[in-house]
Amino acid sequence: MKASPYAFIAPFFIIFGAFGLVPLLYTAWYSLHNVQLSGLDHQTWAGLDNYKHLLSSEFFWNALENTFSIGVISTVPQLLMAIGIAHLLNYRLRGSTLWRVVMLTPYATSVAAATLVFTLLYSWDGGMINWLLHFVGVDPINWRESDWGGQFAVSTIVIWRWTGYNALIYLAAMQAIPSDLYESAAIDGAGRWQQFRHVTIPMLRPTILFTVVVSTIGATQLFGEPLLFGGVSGSKGGSAHQYQTLGLYMYDQGWGIGNLGKASAIAWTMFLILLIVAAVNLLITRRLRKSQ
Amino acid sequence: MTTSELTLPQGRKEPRRSRRVMGAGKQMHAGPVTYVVLTVFALISLAPLVWTAIAASRNNERLAQSPPPLWFGANLFKNLQAAWDQAGLGTAMVNSTIVAGTITIGTVVFSTLAGFAFAKLRFRFSSTLLLLTIGTMMIPPQLAVVPLYLWMADLGWSNQLQTVILPTLVSAFGTFFMRQYLVQALPTELIEAARVDGASSLRVVWHVVFPAARPAMAVLGLLTFVFAWNDFLWPIIALNQQNPTVQVALNALGTGYVPDQAVIMAGALLGTLPLLIAFILFGKQIVGGIMQGAIKG
Repeated sequence: MKASPYAFIAPFFIIFGAFGLVPLLYTAWYSLHNVQLSGLDHQTWAGLDNYKHLLSSEFFWNALENTFSIGVISTVPQLLMAIGIAHLLNYRLRGSTLWRVVMLTPYATSVAAATLVFTLLYSWDGGMINWLLHFVGVDPINWRESDWGGQFAVSTIVIWRWTGYNALIYLAAMQAIPSDLYESAAIDGAGRWQQFRHVTIPMLRPTILFTVVVSTIGATQLFGEPLLFGGVSGSKGGSAHQYQTLGLYMYDQGWGIGNLGKASAIAWTMFLILLIVAAVNLLITRRLRKSQ
Repeated sequence: MTTSELTLPQGRKEPRRSRRVMGAGKQMHAGPVTYVVLTVFALISLAPLVWTAIAASRNNERLAQSPPPLWFGANLFKNLQAAWDQAGLGTAMVNSTIVAGTITIGTVVFSTLAGFAFAKLRFRFSSTLLLLTIGTMMIPPQLAVVPLYLWMADLGWSNQLQTVILPTLVSAFGTFFMRQYLVQALPTELIEAARVDGASSLRVVWHVVFPAARPAMAVLGLLTFVFAWNDFLWPIIALNQQNPTVQVALNALGTGYVPDQAVIMAGALLGTLPLLIAFILFGKQIVGGIMQGAIKG
């Protein structure tokens, strides 16, 4: 009986170790080597060359910038809308479960399916979005080729898929707020909006931080949406790399060009960026706690 | 308790008070504006899916014309057939069912075992190991794919389903999710009583842990199935169009494997259909699972 706790956790740690942790270290090892898809048996030591090439490549900085800008324009509106929707779902509603399920439906749609559909909606000629825009006097936009247009379109796919999910997370947190806080606010003469601002939002702070962290992790890895939105030039993130993210850049270097060593270096760079983001977040959380 | 809390219910003339006394927050009735705004968001959620079905019922030429079709055409069945045969969605649906099904069973069983150990058993390094488990959720999948690809090539496993099943067979989220559930749902006395009766570890798991964990196992199973069905990065690297999962087949469609937009939409519809059906049948449980995970996580 003494050994059994370890037996219970063993499957998780063995499988995760073999397919998660060990590859993580191997990726670091490969990132220091020259590994080509065309000659897997000839792996030569490269030191920090892959990283040096990365830092001097304009495409790396372009991908980093795109990852950041798409991350911001997809996460900020998404979380703001999610809080609003959660607030509305928190009222006593007829058919409350049905509303929640409907808001979550986009989550059932895979990245690939959603992107194929949105790509058609955004198509230059005959696309739904350009057709709707012409009613307000906007000329057709070539979303796939345009610089900001492509980033905007890719972001809307992310927003569409994840807003409802985040709304449910906020809703769960809102329902855990003790009702006497609202009652005493009401006695002090606070209206609905003031209650929302001065009770709901402060109480949601830990949840908001949690969703920001999760969304940041997601945004750093963004891959499938720009890949499929770009069509034939997908792995380049559009014909001028205008929406090539870090995840896409890694895939293109690894399986497009065939340089797996460099792809490994990109993967580790992504990981380091995430660690920095996590550290910054931890600092902010500590600050907030101290100030309270 | 404040006086306001005590007097409020008397002031109301409602015969039936909310059953959720705690945590119900301010359960104010929604006004018409709330319904209007929610309806707008509900339409945005559903419209792209409805339009997918409309586009899948048309043909390629019609989809290139403006204005875009707003109602169903006559080609739905033909396009679904084409997606099933030409685009490999038929094979893909079978493969995805095998892959997502196996991953779901593995994840639920292994997560329950590990979650039980973390929730109820004392052992050295348990809190460190739990923290490690949670920490692994931050590692992006990109960190594993290069070595996995090279190993699978070495083993001669390219294009075989076990390449996408094995690495995803356990889940840190699932382990944590089950731990949080079992901490509360499984009384420690029950385990002790079973042990006093001389039950072996396996018997304890089978007769005490699994029955107590069943509701959470069902929810975790649903969430895992959705995740596994939609998993993208590793499957498109490990598999190709000869033996695809649904996402691999859809990726091929997106890069011009079949240039007919109506067939592409039929493929997207077909590949999403199983999960839409799951949402219709178990939507309430899936919503509940995500909300539970949020409070405890």
